[in-house]
Amino acid sequence: MTTLILAWRSLASRRTTALLSIIAIAVSISLFVGVERIRIGAKSSFTSTISGTDLIVGARAGNVQLLLYSVFRIGNPTSNISMNSLEAVKAHADVAWVVPISLGDSHRGYRVMGTTNDYFKYYRYRNKQPLKFKQGRAFDDLFDVVVGAEIVDKLGYAVGTQIVVSHGIGAIDGAAHDNMPFRVSGILRRTGTPVDRTVHISLEALEAIHIGWDSNNPIPITEVSADLARTLDLKPDSVTAALVGTKSRFGIFKTQRFINQFKPEPLTAVLPGVALQELWTIIGVVETALSAVSAMVVLTALLGMVTMTLSTLNERRQELAILRSVGAHKTTIFLLLISEAALLSASGILLGVGLLYGLLFFIHPWIEQSYGLYLMISRPSLYELKSLCAIFLTACAVGVIPAFRAYRHSLADGMSVQR
Amino acid sequence: MSEIKLAQHNQSSFLLALEKIQFCWSKNASFILSLDSLRLGVGEKVFLEGPSGSGKSTLLSLICGIIRPDRGSICIDDIDIVKLGAGQVDRLRADKLGVIFQQFNLLPYGSVIQNVLLPLQFSERRRKQASVSGTPREEARRLLQRLGISTDLHEQKVAQLSIGQQQRVAVGRAIIGDPQLVIADEPTSALDHDSRDQFLTLLFEETARVNAGLILVSHDRSLASDFDRQLDIREIVRTAVIGAQ
Repeated sequence: MTTLILAWRSLASRRTTALLSIIAIAVSISLFVGVERIRIGAKSSFTSTISGTDLIVGARAGNVQLLLYSVFRIGNPTSNISMNSLEAVKAHADVAWVVPISLGDSHRGYRVMGTTNDYFKYYRYRNKQPLKFKQGRAFDDLFDVVVGAEIVDKLGYAVGTQIVVSHGIGAIDGAAHDNMPFRVSGILRRTGTPVDRTVHISLEALEAIHIGWDSNNPIPITEVSADLARTLDLKPDSVTAALVGTKSRFGIFKTQRFINQFKPEPLTAVLPGVALQELWTIIGVVETALSAVSAMVVLTALLGMVTMTLSTLNERRQELAILRSVGAHKTTIFLLLISEAALLSASGILLGVGLLYGLLFFIHPWIEQSYGLYLMISRPSLYELKSLCAIFLTACAVGVIPAFRAYRHSLADGMSVQR
Repeated sequence: MSEIKLAQHNQSSFLLALEKIQFCWSKNASFILSLDSLRLGVGEKVFLEGPSGSGKSTLLSLICGIIRPDRGSICIDDIDIVKLGAGQVDRLRADKLGVIFQQFNLLPYGSVIQNVLLPLQFSERRRKQASVSGTPREEARRLLQRLGISTDLHEQKVAQLSIGQQQRVAVGRAIIGDPQLVIADEPTSALDHDSRDQFLTLLFEETARVNAGLILVSHDRSLASDFDRQLDIREIVRTAVIGAQ
């Protein structure tokens, strides 16, 4: 106790350098815990890209591949699934709803997805939140389009804006569906998911703009006018994938088995949660790298603290000799220096955590808005507490270096300090 | 056997007795010190004259128990500190000794009164002694008052004080809780003539008041006259520098 008070007073007398050490540690701790929060935020944002959907159905493929194109709009499906198969799924006793989706076209770099109005009704993300319209509404007319928040921010669209969809991904001259322009009917609120970067049109519209197109040819054989298209039967024969909701949780596996063993067509049904976890383990290497870097920064700060203590040690030899002369034990000198390291690091850790919480409090709405990254302001997790304890103990451990040096000084100096 | 008994009998009347000391700084040392005998009676004031390099720092470190001799005995109040463990020596030093350095005696981050109270943190005996008539804080204030440190300075940081005042505060720290022996290593070397005399007077008064012995080391012979005994360190201590091969 006495030692701790002495250490505190000694530090207080060197408050400028002590404060700098504390700030260095605090900043490194903020970074460390901040990275941890972002890591968890990124993971939870990622794994909650889709929720409320029990199964994703597509052509026979790997789990991750199916997830990538159906949810993240990355890559292309190997083949489509027929509407007949989808009807069979829909007819299954455990299935509550089926939302078909079709991919393939794009609009200025953003993927165009054909679907039905049910998509806006059933799609859920993070904690089962439904999609909400910021402006306008879902498809009403054949050539209505609903766009995500990021597209609106980047391209400045509003309800009523006319847009043209390109055939395939990327702009190829002459491959635009400019004979059938679309009109923005609705704008979705930001979700922090790929929905923000998607141009939604109806399945029928997708069918309409491809009338007269050969799937292997980037140029249409015949062009059909929008008015003529309206008179035709636009029911698609096949779609890319479908989101499926079951009536009860117990029905999920039964339905999955039904789909995976579907005879007329080879299909795959995946549980989105499982596929998301699987995908995260692939990209999760980055998080380990981030953690490693922030741990290095903490270590650097602790070494800075030791350097500071060591550099002041020489001018403190008299102080240590005085303490020895009044009866302080050699180990008291040792403990004094360890206590200093403990006080500095504890202050640094507390300040750092405080700093981070303060920062999070102010910037988290902005981060959520602009990056769709949901950062939790919650009590430190067990892992974080353990890490902070480990950092504290490391600080005490590196504090042994100056402590041992002071101990040696106090022996060599005896009763007089050579100045 | 009778010789040993006699020696023990002789020792008991001394506050401090160093016998047949041999000391080397380290195994392959270039500096060794030997001392045949140095004795100090209870309440005795000894002036020890010694220039730098005469081994006085080593001698004082030996008496304080900071370093240990390779041979010989050092008895303080009949306890041979050479035979004690390191922790016991530290406790004995805290209980029985008061030390005054040449300069920079005080912890720069403590107030004047905190510095005076410092030895009490390490010695229960002295804490009790200082609490005989009131709290240790009151005792420290009385001490400081006698040493001519006015009340308004008691809570000040030591940096506010002149060197002369700092040395007098150091006397307060050495004497609080009634130690048996005060060791002063060139305490006046940084002081001017007037403060030096004032310092010595106060030091004598205070050591006499608690009947503590005093060893004052200095190269300044003009201080020597008021002491009970004057010794030349070169006559009692032999030092040798051995060239390391």
